[in-house]
Order: sequence, then C-alpha cells, then structure tokens
Amino acid sequence: MNAATRNSWILNAIALAALSAAFLLPIQSGAVNAYIVGLLITALINIIMATSLNLVCGLLGYLALGHAAFMGVGAYAAALVSIHWNVPLSFPLALLVGGIAAAITGVIIGVPALRLRGDYLAIITLGFGEIVRIIMNNMPILGGARSLRGIPRITTVPVAYAVVIICVTLMFTLGRSRHGRAILSIREDEVAATSSGIPVTYYKILAFTLAAFFAGIAGGLYAHYMGVLNPNRFNFDRSIEYLVMVVLGGMGSITGAIIAAIVLTLLPELLRGLSNYRMLIYSLALILMMLFRPDGLLGTAEFSLASIGRLFRRTRRSAQNEGRDHSES
Amino acid sequence: MNPNPHHLLEINDLGIQFGGLTALEHVTFSMDPGEIVGLIGPNGAGKTTVFNLITGIYQPTIGSITLGGQTLNGRKTYKIFQSGAARTFQNIRLFKKMTVLDNVRIAAHNQMDYNPLVGALRLPGYWRDEADTTYRAMKMLDIFSLTEHAGEMASSLPYGQQRRLEIARALISNPKLLLLDEPAAGMNPTETQALMATIREVRDRFGVAILLIEHDMRLVMGICERLVVLDYGQVIAKGTPAEIRQNERVVKAYLGGSAV
Repeated sequence: MNAATRNSWILNAIALAALSAAFLLPIQSGAVNAYIVGLLITALINIIMATSLNLVCGLLGYLALGHAAFMGVGAYAAALVSIHWNVPLSFPLALLVGGIAAAITGVIIGVPALRLRGDYLAIITLGFGEIVRIIMNNMPILGGARSLRGIPRITTVPVAYAVVIICVTLMFTLGRSRHGRAILSIREDEVAATSSGIPVTYYKILAFTLAAFFAGIAGGLYAHYMGVLNPNRFNFDRSIEYLVMVVLGGMGSITGAIIAAIVLTLLPELLRGLSNYRMLIYSLALILMMLFRPDGLLGTAEFSLASIGRLFRRTRRSAQNEGRDHSES
Repeated sequence: MNPNPHHLLEINDLGIQFGGLTALEHVTFSMDPGEIVGLIGPNGAGKTTVFNLITGIYQPTIGSITLGGQTLNGRKTYKIFQSGAARTFQNIRLFKKMTVLDNVRIAAHNQMDYNPLVGALRLPGYWRDEADTTYRAMKMLDIFSLTEHAGEMASSLPYGQQRRLEIARALISNPKLLLLDEPAAGMNPTETQALMATIREVRDRFGVAILLIEHDMRLVMGICERLVVLDYGQVIAKGTPAEIRQNERVVKAYLGGSAV
C-alpha cells in the first residue's frame, strides 16, 4: 500500500466516522420520532439493494428484473433462523444464512440464465422473481399469504447502518480487485474479455451470486425490522423500484446508487403533503432525470473526497493556463 | 503428417463451414518460434476466420490446430489465451470506459491468484499481486509510450495509440504467439512506419512469434519473413515475400482473372 492510498483510506475513515456521528447521535438521543426512524431504516435497506443490483446492472451490464426475489429468499431464510434457532449471536448468523440462501438461489438461476444476453436475461429474471413469490405464497412453513409472524424485531438504525457500511465497503473493494475488473471488462466488451483470458461465464455467475448474497442480507435486515413477512412485499414492482434507483444513480456508480436510494426512499414521503399528486411528481422527476441526465446522477463515476481535491486543482490549473494564454497573445 | 516438435504453431488441413457455406478448407501452414508471418489475401478470403479459429471463437469443422505441441481444438477462448496465443482485433476492441492501465491489467488477470475474499478484505495477497501487476503493466505501457496516458480512459486515446494499447494488452501475458489483425488499418504512412519498427521491436524483445493480417503491402513485404496467401478460403501460395511477389496465382487473385 503506497502513501497516497493509505492517506486516502485514512481520510475516508475519518469522514465516515464524522458522518456516522452526525447521523447516529440524534437518533440515539431519541430526538427523532418512530416515523423518521422507520424511514431511515428503509433507506438503509434500499441502499444495500441498490448497490447490490448495481453489481449486475452497473458492473456486469446485464438487466435483471428479479432482485426483490433474492431479498425475499434472504428475508425468509433469516427469519426462520431467528424464529427456530435461539442461540447467542443468532442475528448476525441469521443475516449470513439469509445472504447464503439468496446466493445459492442466485447460482441456481444464474447458471442457465446467464448463457443468454440482454433482454432474454431480463425476461428470465422477471419470471424467476414471480416463481419465487408464488412458492413463498404456497409454502406452509413460510406462513404463505397469511404472513410469517413472530420474527424478533432487532434491526435498529445503528444496526442497519453498520451492516450497510460493511456491505458497501465489501462491494467497493470487490469492484476494485482483479475480480471486479474482470466483471467490468465483460460489460465493456465480452469478446475482448474472453480473448484476454477472462473466464466470462464464471464472472457473470460470480457477479450475479454476489448481488444475490447482498440482497439476501438486506432481506434479513428487512425481516428483523418488520417482524412480519408477506411474499407480496417481494414482487415485480419492488424489483423495478431497485432498478430505477440504479439507473437514476448512474449504472456502475456505487455512490450514485446510494444517493438515488436515499432520494427515492425519501422523495415520496416528502411529497406526502401533496397527497394525490405525489406519485405524479415522482414519475415526472424520473422522466426529467432521464431526459437531461441519461447516464444517471453520477454516470459511472464515484463521488470521493479525493476527486473534489482534484477538481479544485484542475480548476486552478486551467485558470493559470488561461492566464498564460492571454499573456502570450 | 506428424506434428513437428520445432514448430510453434501447426495448422493442419483446417476447414470450417457456416451452414452450407465453406469459409475455409485445407488450410495448412506452420510457424516457428519468433517468426513473423504475414497472412494476406483479398477481402473475404477468410483471414480473420483463421484468427477466430486459432483463438477458439469458432470451432473448426475439420482439421487441427496445435500450439507448442498442445491441441487447441475444442478449447475455450480464455484457455487458449492462457496457453499463449494473444490477439488484437481488426476493429479495435478495447475496454473503452476503463483506464489505459486497467486495460492492460485485465489481461494480466490469470497471473494473479488471490481469491475474491482476499480482494474484498484487502489482505496482503491483494496488495502483493496488484503491486506486482501494476508494475509490470506500467513497464509495458512504457514500451508503447503510453505511460503518460495510464490514467485516461481508453476511448480518449487517438486511433494510433489505441492500436498500440491493444498490442500492449495482448503482450502482458507473455504470449508465445501474437495475432495482429490489420494493425496498420487507418494509419497514415508515418504511423505505419513507426508501427513496423514497433512490431520488430516486440518480436526481438519478447521473442514472440507474430502472425499478422495486413493489406498494406509495404508493411507486409517490409517485415514478414514468410507469407501465407489465402483466396476463397484456400491457401494459394506460401513463401518468402520475394517468391510471393513473383507468384502468378497471387497476382491473379489480387488483380483479377485476366491479368497475368
């Protein structure tokens, strides 16, 4: 690790600590009400959903329409662990089991589906999402349409926050390893990737499985926040909602997905005062966004402290260059 | 015909059909280590198809391809790359929205061996492998005078540099055989001259055998030690550039039936 890298890690750690303090202190002191807390937890869960879907849609460049189903698998698996298995540390264990269950589902669906390209994969994942929902609806052990009840409500804002930090950090570091580069190269040019020694099928399935894994963890958080699970919560509409977050944030940008997840969770709530018009405004915001920034908020770029520094330096340098040009002429 | 152990690449009676169309048949030639061979012929003769067969993009209908004694038939493209045949493309295929450095590092993927968990947790194996790869990639960029562009997007490079980057990417894996598909396409005479020097330097420095498809006859005659001429999917001539220049069938193929 060279000095610049180390400095940037330290800088980011400090910034993260400051952000955490600013974010968590008001909540710990009880200054905010339950409504806000609920909203925050939903936003945090959505952040994991959007960033994990970004692995498939942004990094791999494949359209997947069944992401909510992985969340559902994770939610039910985690809930069952918590209900039937009363051991110490059962919550982290439950989240992990949720993630692994979703990941296994991801492999099962990914192996046949990822042989297809683009639109076909989208249709397959769509069908898969519906199948999972219907299975959940008809399995007695999952409570079916009458809902699964009695899940301990453990997810608080600090818990969700910690899980988000861990998940997003792992996705970020994975994206910038040889594996992340391999996945990106498939998005850029599949033929060139395979001609450069990248086992394309393996990395497609890896990206898909990792996305499912993190969605499963988000599902576990959700289950332990709601205390009740209903299969209809994981339907097609939800998958689309997560897709919208990724597209709006900029395909391939983790920070973009985070910002979009927060905005799209809070926006409908902030517009609540406008009652009947709020979904209209929400939709209009999306249309305008796509018209004027089709690459999303951040495109494929990442927001970082270092990039702000670079921006300042660049502006200063171009100002200097301009000065020089004038003096020459 | 038994495979000759001294040959690096051995192509024997290679043929491929697409549906009822025979794109290539009875293609037989071989290459020695470190040799520069030109694959020429009119448009549609099947030159790029030969490349696609060697690299496993297509599977041959009949015939065999061996590289360093290993049969390539039926192998996956990425495995063939790993066994030492790297290529460039006629219409440049770079990872456009990735940096110049990353383009080269991707092709070094198999020379690193840390697993996803080590990468995600940034364990020592990650830092060691990445530092080593980045060092090698930067050295490679230096050879192709791309060092100052390392952090730029590949798509922002001018055409000639994109061509050079593609060659740099192919070479990072230390291949035994380098396949160049029209490396001089779209270049002006000065750039072509520079490219010729680069290709020679690459061969001398890396000891890699080079098979190149090219329409620019000055380049082909200038650097190739031997030529293989294809027409309508068949080899119509093999030999040194001087021999090929005298060959009646080649002249006919290029200039049309009546010209002799």
